[in-house]
Amino acid sequence: MAQGVIAITEQRDGKLRKVSFEVISEGRRIADGLSAQLTAVVIGSGCDALAAEIKKFGPDKIVVLDDPALADYRTDAYTPALAEVVKSLDPAVVITGASVQGKDLAARLAARLNAGLVMDCTAISLQNGVITYTRPMFGGKIMADVQVQGSPQIVAVRPNVMSIAESPKESVVEKPTPHLGEVKTAVAEKMMDTSNKIELTEADIIVSGGRGTGGKFEPIEELAAALGGAVGASRSAVDEGWRAHSDQVGQTGKVVSPTLYIACGISGAIQHLAGMSSSKVIVAINKDAEAPIFSKADFGVAGDIFQILPAVTEAVKKLRS
Amino acid sequence: MDIVVLVKQVPDTESIIQIAGDGVSIKKDDIKWVMNPYDELAVEEALRIKEAKGGTVTVLSVGPQKAQETIRTALAMGADKGVHVNDPKAEGSDSLAVARILAAALKSLPFNLIIAGQRGVDEDNYQVGAAVAEFLGIPHLALVVKAELLDGRLRCHRVIEGGTVVVEAPLPALFTTQRGLNDPRYASLPGIMKAKKKPLEVKTVADLGLDPATVGAGNRKVVVKALRLPPQRKAVRMIAGETAEAVAAELVRVLHDETKLI
Repeated sequence: MAQGVIAITEQRDGKLRKVSFEVISEGRRIADGLSAQLTAVVIGSGCDALAAEIKKFGPDKIVVLDDPALADYRTDAYTPALAEVVKSLDPAVVITGASVQGKDLAARLAARLNAGLVMDCTAISLQNGVITYTRPMFGGKIMADVQVQGSPQIVAVRPNVMSIAESPKESVVEKPTPHLGEVKTAVAEKMMDTSNKIELTEADIIVSGGRGTGGKFEPIEELAAALGGAVGASRSAVDEGWRAHSDQVGQTGKVVSPTLYIACGISGAIQHLAGMSSSKVIVAINKDAEAPIFSKADFGVAGDIFQILPAVTEAVKKLRS
Repeated sequence: MDIVVLVKQVPDTESIIQIAGDGVSIKKDDIKWVMNPYDELAVEEALRIKEAKGGTVTVLSVGPQKAQETIRTALAMGADKGVHVNDPKAEGSDSLAVARILAAALKSLPFNLIIAGQRGVDEDNYQVGAAVAEFLGIPHLALVVKAELLDGRLRCHRVIEGGTVVVEAPLPALFTTQRGLNDPRYASLPGIMKAKKKPLEVKTVADLGLDPATVGAGNRKVVVKALRLPPQRKAVRMIAGETAEAVAAELVRVLHDETKLI
């Protein structure tokens, strides 16, 4: 019978991504709940050192899949290597992050293993050995509690949601030869943003602008910089060409769950509200006191963002100094 | 170049979604149904490739009778032919089963390239494109903002956190769309008239040679136990003051002292 939990970590350019720690910590909680073993998988090229880094989150075993062919993420290189590990360990649960890479990998892996996949999960609960997963649908307008038939159950957890917990263990490290199938794809080029911009889906604080900015995002960028947060945008701001598509928050953009979301000059279209309503605290600043955004906000300011935002930025700087 | 585009009919993103009496599905009446926005990008990209290189564009969808509207919309935009898997046995399938149905239908369609939305904006599963490619044994590239066809190869710009990667795959291949790929055209009036005469094939699960025990609501691997509305927030607390500075000071005080977030 299938038992145990496999946690698939994610590294980029030899550095583990934060979601990896969330995945192992949550994997540890599930394994403890099932009185089962947790195996963490590190996959990449020259990634030996990463095994030592994850011991503190308490996996019983660490499997390192190390091969030059695994240096950059490619679906068709990672899928056979991981499918092999999953098949040999026959786990009850496979957990990974619902990052760009994790979502892609989980979808292909689930199809290869003919396994049920819970995508973008935000909560996991266990009762009498039965796992119930909670996930948002319709961009967060609805929450679904789901269970998975058969094994393994694959779950991709939303980044920034599961808490990280240390419980160091003397994990056993294994380094099998990765199973590489025929790899047809090739990474030709990587163009990374070197400005240290914080990724929206990983940000703790997001300051977003909408039509009310009239395209002037400077006050928003300045407040985001003062708070150490990321800049987001509503669909209309993106459609106007004021911001890149990658900045769009909403049902047709990025669904975000920061601890603090500050909506500036955003009226609150339903599809935008869907993408940010799972934020812990929401602040809305808008000229129109009747704007729908205020119905989803914890704190509101009815005022001109061009007067309020610079003052808030100053107040934040004063607080921080 | 023969291209197949996978499309799905979904509730418009401006819809308010309500939970049905059974507690595990949504109320389907009083909703405006539209083509999944990411699939619009897929149809547009297919049409642009056809316009540049020739070939055919076929749209393929699984769904109830109503889903035919979405196929007709794609035909009105300029696609050549529609295939609609319309079978009560397929209703309520989870993503894996939908992908299995689509892959089975694709086996009898000529294609060099398949384009799909990155996800349906209904259940947000992000699964069907990758699973279809897996069942067909072809490579897939997800979240594409730029696609080029060079000499039998597909070259795509994929968006990842903090950057873009350029990945190449040999054809046949599948890619999924990300916003930024293009601006989908609207169906023109002549396009809508023409679409009425374009071929639209209707198939059942049995026509595709699929075992009905692998699809449909009763064979889901992911079983919905309950749907809930997200927790409601308390009423908004408005912060006011004589000057912008006073408002700002109070807001920052609240965020610092009360929520402890800054």
